[in-house]
Amino acid sequence: MSNREKTALPEDILLKIEKPERYLGNELNTVRKDKSKVDIRFAMAFPDVYEIGMSHLGIQILYSMFNRRGDTWCERVYSPWADLDRIMREKHIPLFALESQDPVREFDFLGITLQYELCYTNVLQLLDLSGLPLHAADRLKKNAERVPGTGMTADAEQASGEDALLGELPIVIGGGPCAYNPEPIADFFDMFYIGEGETVYDQLLDLYIECKKAGTTRKEFLLKAAGIEGIYVPMFYSPAYQKDGTLRSFGPDPQYPELPKRIRKQAVKDFSTAPYIDRPLVPYMRVTQDRVVLEIMRGCIRGCRFCQAGMIYRPNRVKNVEVLKKQAEHLLKVSGQDEITLSSLSSSDYPCLQELVTYLIDEFGKKQVNIALPSLRIDAFSLDVMSKVQDVNKSSLTFAPEAGSQRLRDVINKGLTEEDILHGAGEAFRGGWNKVKLYFMLGQPTENEEDRKDIAHLAQKIADEYYEIPKEKRNGKCMITISTSFFVPKPFTPFQWAVMYDPEDYLDFAATVSREVREMKNSRSIRYNWHEAYVTVLEGLFARGDRRVAKTIESAYRHGAIFDAWTEYWDWNKWLSAMSETGLDLAFYTKRQRAEDELLPWDFIDCGVTKKFLLDEWHRATIDGTVTPNCKENCNACGAMKYGCGICYDLVDGEKVPRKNHYREWAEKQAVVNAEKKAKFEAEKAARIAAQEAAREAARAAAEAAKAAEGEEGLS
Amino acid sequence: MRMRIKYSKQGLMKYIGHLDMMRSMQKLLRRTEVDVTFSEGYSPHMIMSYAFPLGVGMTSDSEYVDVDLNKSYRSRDLVRMLNEAAPAGIHFLDAREVPTGKGNKGMTQVARADYTLQFRQGHEWPESWKKDFKRFLSQPEIMAVKKGKKTEKEINLAPLIYQAAVCPEPHTVEGIADFQAESSGYLPGGIREAFDNVRQGDIFLALSAGMASNIRPELVMETFAKQYGYEAEEFLFHINRDEVFADPFSGDESGKHNFVPLIGMGKTVE
Repeated sequence: MSNREKTALPEDILLKIEKPERYLGNELNTVRKDKSKVDIRFAMAFPDVYEIGMSHLGIQILYSMFNRRGDTWCERVYSPWADLDRIMREKHIPLFALESQDPVREFDFLGITLQYELCYTNVLQLLDLSGLPLHAADRLKKNAERVPGTGMTADAEQASGEDALLGELPIVIGGGPCAYNPEPIADFFDMFYIGEGETVYDQLLDLYIECKKAGTTRKEFLLKAAGIEGIYVPMFYSPAYQKDGTLRSFGPDPQYPELPKRIRKQAVKDFSTAPYIDRPLVPYMRVTQDRVVLEIMRGCIRGCRFCQAGMIYRPNRVKNVEVLKKQAEHLLKVSGQDEITLSSLSSSDYPCLQELVTYLIDEFGKKQVNIALPSLRIDAFSLDVMSKVQDVNKSSLTFAPEAGSQRLRDVINKGLTEEDILHGAGEAFRGGWNKVKLYFMLGQPTENEEDRKDIAHLAQKIADEYYEIPKEKRNGKCMITISTSFFVPKPFTPFQWAVMYDPEDYLDFAATVSREVREMKNSRSIRYNWHEAYVTVLEGLFARGDRRVAKTIESAYRHGAIFDAWTEYWDWNKWLSAMSETGLDLAFYTKRQRAEDELLPWDFIDCGVTKKFLLDEWHRATIDGTVTPNCKENCNACGAMKYGCGICYDLVDGEKVPRKNHYREWAEKQAVVNAEKKAKFEAEKAARIAAQEAAREAARAAAEAAKAAEGEEGLS
Repeated sequence: MRMRIKYSKQGLMKYIGHLDMMRSMQKLLRRTEVDVTFSEGYSPHMIMSYAFPLGVGMTSDSEYVDVDLNKSYRSRDLVRMLNEAAPAGIHFLDAREVPTGKGNKGMTQVARADYTLQFRQGHEWPESWKKDFKRFLSQPEIMAVKKGKKTEKEINLAPLIYQAAVCPEPHTVEGIADFQAESSGYLPGGIREAFDNVRQGDIFLALSAGMASNIRPELVMETFAKQYGYEAEEFLFHINRDEVFADPFSGDESGKHNFVPLIGMGKTVE
């Protein structure tokens, strides 16, 4: 009964806080090592609450990868939820890693994954509760440790001015999609890893061990690490600004001429043999993604012009289907999970999808394992599969047209025509479905009032498809749910130059859609909801901010801003006071149309896709309004080919041949294909309606004949 | 066949609530090759039922779950398979076949539960409590307020406390002694020691349990503390549930109890 299992939190705290399971580190398949026998202790943090962080695939991959190294022990850290946050500050309890329950400040690395901008205040929470100075520059000196959660120096004798040795405090390293514009949070990080973790981490860890054994200073190590491809050490780089506030120059400081001027994104070449999860962590409490995840593909072939993931994860690479089958079987067995899902940016583009899904259903369906299929295009195959794996009556279909009108869908290069949507919805309705979810974005470049109203019109056309089905064959009423988010321009997308709007404008856009929905014939079958507008503007500030935004983030954190992605903690007023206190001009970052020749804060990163390609795409979108083919149809020479792998090459007689750009021929052909598709859709629809009409006519005639016959009988 | 499975829930597992424990038991069963019976319908689930949910914060040596299986397993094989898939803190002790049918459900059979309580460090009462506690127990009537979700009612605890002892002798329970966690590499050092003195406690209570009248050990201690003026805050004790009993012959004329551990209602499959 005595409780000598080590927990960083005493029992009375664990029993008082919400969900103590978040802080125990006793999940199945956690890795435990003898800390005296490893050289590197790596704390891998997700700056949000446990349920969200535990659902993240990337951390689980890196967790397995690091722990394969005998000399490294990787553990996990999540943001303590607000209830525990308060207690830790009050009692000066240092932030701890879950597996060992040891304080983070004793670790060699604190890795923080940056999946969305709204976690930035939580990044500061992690540093602060760990007892680390928030600024990387302050961590260079000896005895820099702080009292957890207070920012106060831990030791009155400190600040000797002497350089800290490597190993005194953890190296704070950031990664993930937000690291592609690290500038707003650059002051807080010792380094960023730009790109996919599977490539140069070993090199970095080896260097760390070597330097620590040699007794180098923290600064010397950082300088050496900055020479590794893909590693960006912000303290050695400086921006200079023009009078109008835009960037004049950016690069390594003059005393470090050997440092690279551009940081090159890292990408895995052979995706099938890249490290994957060895033994998935199985949490006790319910988390957002509580299932086995199979990553089938990385990168996307469809260049939607708003989508950052579609650009930064290029080139598109697929995992061998036989490898996936083995991984599925192994991961289900060692986890005991009852659900498996596929992960990619667009699963329908996976070449062996049919083979893989059929295998999963045949092999695991009989063992009562659920197969979840997200991000599938609606077509005959996906409908057939879905009717096998889910209850048609309960499940809903999801479309993401992103824009209401065909004009705007072409501007954003969505590559989805109205016929595709209506045909897919019609097929699904005839297959028994009656619920549809539609996702759109508002506030995109060139968008006008008509485009917004067309969102409602598209929903009505989908409703028409449903009510076209004869009443006796329908499955009750249909329910179409429209959700709109507000568009945020992201770095390394063709829309990175675009303007944003004021929160009030966004709410007006939503009001237009809402009014138009109410005008629709089947408005009672259409539901509409929209996202927060103020959060969108903050996200926009962070996404395209520069180094000067850091002091605003720090100020907001000092005012108590935290968990900004959570409605219950979101507080716009804290941000307003932080902006006015630090003299930040929000409009400069959000409402300004960037000039095409402007030096952007993230231009020093080479993400594979060239700025010229992005600019051509921006022109095609806003000047011509024309679409660009996907990577399978044509190589558009975006720049990602230099990674030497993936979709950029065809295999001809066992040899890798670079793909070619023949846009003109494609465009001519595509015009014909689209016209044919439209004609076919309309002809089919006309035929269906005619057939129904004829059937109704025949029924009426039969009824009349019967009536007539009855009348005759009555007479005789 | 329906198997009654007995396991202990120790260590950090005490923070895992009943619903999460149920989900994790299903995952555990999936990690074994045990052929569990599923219900019919669109979302099939394993046919299993728990005898007596354990509150968060309590440890136990006697958790019971009845599971329906599609084929027959020897008791010892089943226990071995389950232990191979068990996470740290869960240890399977026994598995026996029980008859199906409503009256044979573990939940309806529960009649008594034994607990060992230990003061949390720094919360010990002054020595005088031992004498006072004996006095408290010797009263013919011990009135307590039992709080339900909505209702509050007064009940007499005296006939529902079957046994109570101060500072019981340490003793071991079958199955705990052969706890393999450390040698199998699941747990870091030091845990073994924690399990060895699991039975050392300050108070032993045998209380009425189950659907008819369920008395929580906390209620007994709170009632005592209030009557005699001792600190009565929440989580004063570590509490371990030692055993859960059925009372299969309670209906006969003698009016006497014949408590049998819940596992004793089943038959070992050889």
